[in-house]
Amino acid sequence: MFAVIGAVCMVVSKKAVHSALWVAFAMINIAVLYFALEAPFLGTTQIIVYTGAIMMLFLFVLMIVGVDSSDSLLETIKGQRLLASLFALTFGGVIISSISSTLASPSVGLAFANASYGGHMQALASLIFGTYLFAFEVLSALLITAALGAMVLAHNERWTPRKTQDQLQRERTLSNHVTPMPAPGVLARNNSVDTPALLPDGTTSIDSLPNVFRGEGQVSKPNSIEEAGK
Amino acid sequence: MNPNNYLILAAILFTIGVFGVLVRRNAIIVFMSVELMLNAANLAFVAAARNTGTIDGLVIAFFVMVVAAAEVVVGLAIIVTIFRTRRSASIDEASLMKY
Repeated sequence: MFAVIGAVCMVVSKKAVHSALWVAFAMINIAVLYFALEAPFLGTTQIIVYTGAIMMLFLFVLMIVGVDSSDSLLETIKGQRLLASLFALTFGGVIISSISSTLASPSVGLAFANASYGGHMQALASLIFGTYLFAFEVLSALLITAALGAMVLAHNERWTPRKTQDQLQRERTLSNHVTPMPAPGVLARNNSVDTPALLPDGTTSIDSLPNVFRGEGQVSKPNSIEEAGK
Repeated sequence: MNPNNYLILAAILFTIGVFGVLVRRNAIIVFMSVELMLNAANLAFVAAARNTGTIDGLVIAFFVMVVAAAEVVVGLAIIVTIFRTRRSASIDEASLMKY
């Protein structure tokens, strides 16, 4: 099945972005399985919530954390991968054997259950807003709490008051660089903003980069005109 | 397709998720593996609902989706916070939290 292909590729692909896309692929395939299992509402919810919202959230976080943050595939704990695969194989074997030994009955199908409520959506609605109403309310509380918690966690406290335009202008005039900073380099091989500008003497200018890229290891390669020409 | 095959597929997906959690060390990929396990559980719920001819399984799968969404929001916020202070998304380095 395609879902398994997606899942396997997710685990083995080295870059996190590739994993995210493979998971999205696997989830769309699972949605197709829901449609095949007479659950069209869950199928559409799966596509909207998982591939639409959750995986895109993952991609956003990947962009914050850095797209290039690929795993080192070295083992830190010796034999971890071997033991993990052994464990996973045993686990899967136990589950699959227990499933295949217990269940052999043909499936009943949802047609009768749907008909007793007057339709699939009516059946789901009467269960969600009837039998499971309390769980539904608790879930709404959980969602609100999660949203608040995410806001609290992701909130950055501003320690210094925001500078006014007047202050910024004064600072700039008093510094010895009144003109705008040099623009990042646009070279034949590389035209992104993380490429520092090359000064006339062939060195790079760190001033040409946005603050985000000035950290160690963020600046891309060309350190001279010769290197950029390659 | 034989209805039990769906359950077996769910078991396989869950196993792959377990393997991913055990092996990978990028926190985000570990998180995606957890999502995969939740999806496998959902698939098992839906397949079981169809096998027994009841709607309840579908409703529970729907609730699991909602909980997964909430969990992803909080988990990713935690990852971003750890990344801000530590500049790394590797779960090996987060073990320093216990000191």
